[in-house]
Amino acid sequence: MNEVASKEAHHEEPGFWHTYLFSTDHKTIAKQYLSLGLFWAIVGGFTVYLIRWQLAYPETKVPGWGFIAPDFYNVLVTMHGTIMVFFVAMPILLGAFGNFLIPLMIGAQDMAFPRLNMLSVWVFALASLILLLSFFVPGGAASAGWTGYPPLSAKVEYTGVNWGLNLWLLAHALEFVSFLMSGINFLTTAMNLRAPGMSFFRLPLIVWMQLTAAVLFMLSVGPLIGGAIMLLMDRIAGTTFYLPEGGGEPLLWQHLFWFFGHPEVYVVLLPALGIVLEIMPVFSRKPIFGYYPIVYSTIAAGILSFVVWAHHQFISGMDPRLAMPFSITTIIISVPFALIVFAMIATLWGGSISFSTAMLFALGTLATFLIGGLTGIFNGSAPVDIYIHDTYFVVSHFHYTLVPVTFFAGFAGLYFWFPKIFGRMMWETLGKVHFWFTFIFFNAAFIPMFFLGTRGMMRRIANPTQYEFLKPFQPINEWITVAVILLLLSQIPFVINFLWSMVRGRVAERNPWQANTLEWSAASPPPHGNFETVPTVYRNPYEYGLPEVAEDWLPQDRPFTPPAGVRQSES
Amino acid sequence: MNSKVETLIATGIPAGKVGMWWFLASEITVFGGLIASYIVVRLGSPGWSEAGARLNFSLGLVNTFVLLTSSLTMVLAFKAVGEKDPKGLRTYLGFTILLGLTFLTIKAFEYGGEFVRGYTPAAGIFWSFYYGMTGLHALHVFAGVVVNAIVLIAALGEILKPHEHRVELAGLYWHFVDIVWIFLFPLLYLT
Repeated sequence: MNEVASKEAHHEEPGFWHTYLFSTDHKTIAKQYLSLGLFWAIVGGFTVYLIRWQLAYPETKVPGWGFIAPDFYNVLVTMHGTIMVFFVAMPILLGAFGNFLIPLMIGAQDMAFPRLNMLSVWVFALASLILLLSFFVPGGAASAGWTGYPPLSAKVEYTGVNWGLNLWLLAHALEFVSFLMSGINFLTTAMNLRAPGMSFFRLPLIVWMQLTAAVLFMLSVGPLIGGAIMLLMDRIAGTTFYLPEGGGEPLLWQHLFWFFGHPEVYVVLLPALGIVLEIMPVFSRKPIFGYYPIVYSTIAAGILSFVVWAHHQFISGMDPRLAMPFSITTIIISVPFALIVFAMIATLWGGSISFSTAMLFALGTLATFLIGGLTGIFNGSAPVDIYIHDTYFVVSHFHYTLVPVTFFAGFAGLYFWFPKIFGRMMWETLGKVHFWFTFIFFNAAFIPMFFLGTRGMMRRIANPTQYEFLKPFQPINEWITVAVILLLLSQIPFVINFLWSMVRGRVAERNPWQANTLEWSAASPPPHGNFETVPTVYRNPYEYGLPEVAEDWLPQDRPFTPPAGVRQSES
Repeated sequence: MNSKVETLIATGIPAGKVGMWWFLASEITVFGGLIASYIVVRLGSPGWSEAGARLNFSLGLVNTFVLLTSSLTMVLAFKAVGEKDPKGLRTYLGFTILLGLTFLTIKAFEYGGEFVRGYTPAAGIFWSFYYGMTGLHALHVFAGVVVNAIVLIAALGEILKPHEHRVELAGLYWHFVDIVWIFLFPLLYLT
């Protein structure tokens, strides 16, 4: 193909700035998202340490920090939620994996709008900077909870935080703009830049899931952008959108927030399920079970996710007649996800499974997310939710959904695609150590929280020992804190492995896992422009264990004519 | 290989247009959320039309015609591109920008009059919505003027030649801004 020649002609060696900072290459941008996400994960992890120490040993000095005042505890809880959802989960699962994988998997040389892509990551970096600065302004950072419910968040007097909360809103606004631009880019790229032969139903499942996530984000974040403008105006222009004394309605924010907030759960969940679905066939050497049902379930779940939001508000004072319909839709949305989970199990069934680190984390995601999903049924039915609302049962539930999604699936993806991203292999033994410690301490920390929640321990209290009825449970709080600190320490092997493998790891070949999707046909790491020639796609992405071919895998872009007679006998 | 992005179009629709439509879809939800909030709060609040009657209806009506006319000139600019008529393109783009600026000037004049009479954003829930919705819309008009000006500057030289489809994209956005006003005007001025 003559593309190679013209590429040589176009190719000029970019300088330092254009290679590492102002790059329009989707792979560099993915790495930038990854670094920002990992940086915020460290900050978010540190807030966990402070929060948990305070809960186990209230009013004592936190080693390495000092005393935690009650209003600073509120800051910690608020910023922990904000950071982990918007500044860790989003940049890693969508920013990093979406940007890296979509063009490679569809056989494109880059995104449809490379400069818009660069703008996205820089707007996100600006949002990160503003959020970081908000810790240091007078009055401290936002402390009205990560959901920012008014009236608490609508007036400076109520929290004592002025600029911290304004900057928090501004950081959100910029973050939303950044991911809106990414979403437009993802969708346009996948619609227009697919390689010849790559029909929509030959797309790897993670691409389907990234695209559904992008659509969900784009269509749900708008009302919250409007809502955030209204909240900011209440704070600085004296409007009364959310203030009852001026004719406003505090519940309005809850509706706008959760109309976005619930689809947002699936915005981060779907790419994570996509990672798991990519890894499972590779390490069980079997085709995915039920490609079409998974795609349709994904779309169905996406549509349903727009009509479940009020299940966050059963006790908020909204019309109680709404509880029943929202309970029903909430239970219905578990059907497509149950189907995806069953498809995962059926993919594993009878496969020749090899427990690589990536596979362990993928299986870990499935196992822990199941607990998160099943406890969601308790929260989703209004009569039970009234009892457990705002308790540690809910805290444990959403950590059982978001930790598997963000961290287990995120790690699975990193261990799996590390050879492609950085061109070197990670150290498997250390990776397995990382997995088992993470898995054990995660469960050790969060299972007891379900118990605490059913016994009535409330969220967002800085000192459980102030309540007579919680005093007997203080040893459980101490147990959880020890487990969480060990969970945080369990990440050290990952940090060592990640940094060490990047410079010293064994050099990776093109296709170290013998996988079928297009990214494994490119060099490791892929150069600027990704492919030597535009790949042509001949088949579905999960053709493992075919009897017609000598190896047990058949890449999407490898031409293959079965020997005469074989195909007939098969069908 | 760089030209591949331009030539390899699996859907048959240029990438810029696909991107623009997705962008507009997300914009619809921004204003959709605001308008839905407005309707819900409106249904639950008495004394709404009394506050709405304080608005300057005639200036609002004039502004509606200004924006509608600007949509017409935008279409004519797009038509001029099709007819390979650079002079017509410049003229009609210029008119669109001028009409956009006229809209913003009248809007600023209106805001001024309301402020003088004490109807600030803090004057009650109607005024909160009025300033919130028209303010966000005015920002969109301003952005549209900037976009159109960039296209016009490119059209003054021959820089526009390879990017003539941008007139259509700018037009899509401009019509969207226009349509939002068609919703805001009756909701706020005729309440």
